Amino acid sequence: MTLTAGSNLEKILKSGQKAVTCECGPPRGADAEHFRHKAAFLKDCADAVNVTDNQTAVVRFCSLAACTILMDMGIEPLMQMVTRDMNRIALQSNVLGAAAVGIKNLLCLTGDHNSFGDHPQSKNVHDLDSVQLLDCVRRMRDEGKMISGTEVDGRPAMFIGAAANPFADPFEFRVVRMAKKIQAGAQFIQTQCIYDMDRFSKFMEMANDMGLTEKCFIMAGITPFKSVGMANYMKKFVPGIIVPDEYITRLKGVPKDKVAEEGIKIAVEQIQQCLEMKGVAGIHLMAIEWEERAPEILKAAGLLPRPKV
Amino acid sequence: MVVAESKPVAEILEMVKDCKKVVVAGCKGCVTVCNSGGEKEVGILASELRIARKAAGNDLEVMEYTCERQCDPEYIEPLDDLAKDADAIVSIACSVGPQYVAARYPYLQVYPGLNTTFIGGSAEHGVFKEYCQACGSCIIGDFGGLCPVARCAKQLMNGPCGGSSGGKCEVGKGQIDCIWHLIYERLKNLGQLHKLEQPWGYKNWSTSREAGPRTMIREELRK
Ligand code: SF4
Ligand code: SF4
Repeated sequence: MTLTAGSNLEKILKSGQKAVTCECGPPRGADAEHFRHKAAFLKDCADAVNVTDNQTAVVRFCSLAACTILMDMGIEPLMQMVTRDMNRIALQSNVLGAAAVGIKNLLCLTGDHNSFGDHPQSKNVHDLDSVQLLDCVRRMRDEGKMISGTEVDGRPAMFIGAAANPFADPFEFRVVRMAKKIQAGAQFIQTQCIYDMDRFSKFMEMANDMGLTEKCFIMAGITPFKSVGMANYMKKFVPGIIVPDEYITRLKGVPKDKVAEEGIKIAVEQIQQCLEMKGVAGIHLMAIEWEERAPEILKAAGLLPRPKV
Repeated sequence: MVVAESKPVAEILEMVKDCKKVVVAGCKGCVTVCNSGGEKEVGILASELRIARKAAGNDLEVMEYTCERQCDPEYIEPLDDLAKDADAIVSIACSVGPQYVAARYPYLQVYPGLNTTFIGGSAEHGVFKEYCQACGSCIIGDFGGLCPVARCAKQLMNGPCGGSSGGKCEVGKGQIDCIWHLIYERLKNLGQLHKLEQPWGYKNWSTSREAGPRTMIREELRK
């Protein structure tokens, strides 16, 4: 097994076992205790824990700091980085800094637009996009060069990932764009939340046909519904997410105090369906502000205990 | 053209609140075409200012003039006579205009009567859209002639992002076209989808505003 970063996540994926990542968002303040509390639930559940970077363009404490907290807790971090807020100087600096403190997994994103966040009057940057950031990190790691051509003094050993959204349009281009990310440097992909199983399975078919699953590990993104309201909100307001009505009907069909259980049941089924699809290398569980339920979901899906590599 | 829109009259009234006599100066260039700063709009704004101040019991004398252009020193000269007795000039050219006026009259207040919005064109009567951000090195040849710098909310060189839905951008509540969807469709029509299969490299922003205010020198014209 040749390793680029030697992270736990990389080793598990490369050993051919289904990997699990979970997500943990830093708080909107300096309350590290709250973050530690949420992360503690994920400790033995995930091969690496994604730390979001000001997700939905809302100010939170920074991803890099949150990753170091995870490391202190013995949890492997997967640092997310968006190109919305930093130019190529700051991005490269953060990648180098992250590698210097021992972060080994990096997810390169463009990020949600700042007009959706809590500072819509901010200036956005977008000096690079996610594909360019992937290329930039891969070059620093493999060629030892910054975008400018300057030699890096110590290459950042990163296991590099990207996102893909099979539910955005035009559908037939989504897999081509993923191929572009892989070509730029993505070694693994975490998808947007999957609810439309048919569309995801078509996407995976196309990925298999193009040989992408041979080149890259595709992890299926799952977000359990906490309530009917959340399902409706995602269906109506979150750009690039498709929620089939059958799930909303199912959630509505159970007594109020059983909706959460039903949401978890759906998530478990979705995980199992995804894992049956050819080319799915693992699950990325985004239990948003519901980290405490992640262990039971993963257990019910047969993904616990996590393998040691 | 440069597209601009009128500032609210209340904002202009606030700017000129201490004046007794002002010039409203229009421009026969772009702002005439986008109906925000030509002769007609000069007349309308002048009347609005007069009426409002009269109603407030504090008459304002307003002189009107529309320059051939305000982005050329020689076309500002005709303002000299009016400027002599004025307390301020309200320019309703694009925001280049008030700066030329300010440079010509060092001791006179100059106020912008418009908000300059973008480089664009009209989509239909009364609707204007942004098309270019003057990045200084045009790359639209790679994208079917459509601009991802000005027309993609995230300035992606490798779009469309995961928020593109039904041809619309995730920004703008379904009102803005996803330019990357249009780029895709256009290259498909042109049989050039292969152009979107390779990562597009790094944009050089140093020709843009990022390198500081820009000057263009055309030696052959200076001789
Ligand atoms: S690429 Fe630059 S110059 Fe060309 S249309 Fe876009 S912003 Fe304008
Ligand atoms: S939806 Fe389209 S236009 Fe809007 S940010 Fe994404 S790629 Fe750009």
